[in-house]
Amino acid sequence: MYIREGVLLALNQIRAQKLKSFFAVVGVIIGVMFLITVVSVVEGMNRYMEEDFAKTIFGLNTLTVARRPEINFSSDPDQWRAYARRPRIRFQDADAIRAGLSMPALVAVESYNDGTLVSDNGIEVSNVWLTGASVDLFRIRELEIERGRVFSAPEDRAGMPVVVLGFDAAEQLFGALDPIGRGVRINQQPFRVIGVLKKQGSLFGMSMDNRAIAPARSPMGRMVNPQGVVDRVLVKPRADGVLEQAHSDVEAVMRARHQLRPGEDNDFAIETAESSMSFWIRIKKILLIAFPGLVSIALVVGGIVIMNIMLVSVTERTREIGIRKALGARRRDIHVQVLVESATLSLVGAGIGIGIGIVGGQLVRALSPLPATISPFWILMSVLLGAGVGVIAGLYPATRAARLDPVVALRAE
Amino acid sequence: MSDTIIRTQNLRKDYQLGAETVRALRGIDLEIERNEYVAIMGPSGSGKSTFMNLIGCLDTPTEGEYWLNGTAVAGLDDDQLARIRNREIGFVFQTFNLLPRATAMHNVELPLIYGGVAPKERTQRAEAMLDRVGLGDRKAHRPSELSGGQRQRVAIARALINNPAILLADEPTGNLDSQTGADIMSLVDELHGQGQTILLVTHEHDIAEHAHRVVTLRDGVISADVRNGEHRPAGARLNPSPV
Repeated sequence: MYIREGVLLALNQIRAQKLKSFFAVVGVIIGVMFLITVVSVVEGMNRYMEEDFAKTIFGLNTLTVARRPEINFSSDPDQWRAYARRPRIRFQDADAIRAGLSMPALVAVESYNDGTLVSDNGIEVSNVWLTGASVDLFRIRELEIERGRVFSAPEDRAGMPVVVLGFDAAEQLFGALDPIGRGVRINQQPFRVIGVLKKQGSLFGMSMDNRAIAPARSPMGRMVNPQGVVDRVLVKPRADGVLEQAHSDVEAVMRARHQLRPGEDNDFAIETAESSMSFWIRIKKILLIAFPGLVSIALVVGGIVIMNIMLVSVTERTREIGIRKALGARRRDIHVQVLVESATLSLVGAGIGIGIGIVGGQLVRALSPLPATISPFWILMSVLLGAGVGVIAGLYPATRAARLDPVVALRAE
Repeated sequence: MSDTIIRTQNLRKDYQLGAETVRALRGIDLEIERNEYVAIMGPSGSGKSTFMNLIGCLDTPTEGEYWLNGTAVAGLDDDQLARIRNREIGFVFQTFNLLPRATAMHNVELPLIYGGVAPKERTQRAEAMLDRVGLGDRKAHRPSELSGGQRQRVAIARALINNPAILLADEPTGNLDSQTGADIMSLVDELHGQGQTILLVTHEHDIAEHAHRVVTLRDGVISADVRNGEHRPAGARLNPSPV
């Protein structure tokens, strides 16, 4: 009952003294705003990492075999020298893996490089993402065809100069024209366009559609790697839940091929989408510990300001408190009233902070490649934080008000 | 229930003023019966205000006993005193002491809020009480939108809302012009006529004349306790006019 009264009183106060109230809650606004913005970005990154990034780099339910880990933040030069001494991954490794697997699986090789494409009508596109691949790559990476077709198994084996273009690459090279059957020179080598991929979008601001995929044994193979060498072998079991088994099969095959003795470390890397997440989880942990620390400093400052404003407000209303006491308000009633008022003030600040924070998160999303999403959990958290700061900041003023001597308070001007 | 509403025994109150002890009340023995109409008089410094605060349970005595409507008040703590003030005492102040931001209705409802009365009953009782003091058409007005007399009527409605054992009016006409003051006094007389026990604190003799009994304080003791021989019935000498 006087909770409602306290809320209304606080809202009246805010309406009557907009500027003073704004300054009272500016600390809470800033704290909550930062919290929401940062958490939006971290959460957005997280969802992105889990749903898009890992899947794009490694594919779901897929093993990647490479000379060294795909994502590595080691700055140790010895580590890098050790990676450089490792044997390269070769076509024959892929064949051996295919033969050594104990379950049906898709196996493909893949190598990347950048290059320049020139269409047969003279349009040049540079910095195209070139991929030398085997045909199963399209199924492992779930690359879908917009028009035309992927290359056939015979074209793959024979290394025919055929190419599947990414959506953007095709559009830039041929515009509105049908690219299928047209000629394109890739780093001076002639290829024939047989297909165009569906639009993929972008990852961290990089277009996934400015690309060209050709058989690994075609002339493309030598543009992306030395003869016979590939960046990585991808293995995707046809059934779910056998990735562990596939992992040990592949490891056994590779160790045998590299003639490693028992006890010797692997001189290759086998990775999955899940294992690549570990580095992100580490970053996320740091972010989620460090930023709330900064936020809490803002909230402490905000709380102190609110406490001061409430002390002034309580002093200004000494007589009112005296009247309430004369009419039968107990200490607890006055206490609750001041706390409710303080919490309301702080909650209004938190509300404004949440609003600005959401807008901030959306701005980050719009102006940078970082994604941003906000979960109801963090909004609820902010509301609770706001209320908590208000209640804690109100404790001292509330106690002062509750302890006022009614005789003295009634005499106050 | 006893018919004695107020009984004090050797009531003393000392204040510490620096190194000096001010003995504001030096032993007051007073009994007030139900439906009495008593005025407390005395010059400033007589201990009138201190006595008022003790009777109103706003303060506790240094020494002595005080029974209000059968309850020994002297030993009670803050919250118990708040409860007594809420149930047993209706305050009417010289300066009205209404909450400036609250409507007349809300001001009258306040004691019911602190008494834990349900909202629906609260509204009904507050409306009825405002009607009774003649402010049925001013319920949604704030104090700043009311005249002095109307404000004091709101204060009286608020004082009566919990059917207190005693109505404690401290200079109720002190901030009003004489005509409005007379109207307020005739309302007080009327309440007395309806059975309300009234304790009036004043230094004006013509206000004190409304009471049936005048208790005079001087230097912290009762110097006179006189029953008015002739009492003019409520409204007899006034032309009641709308405030």
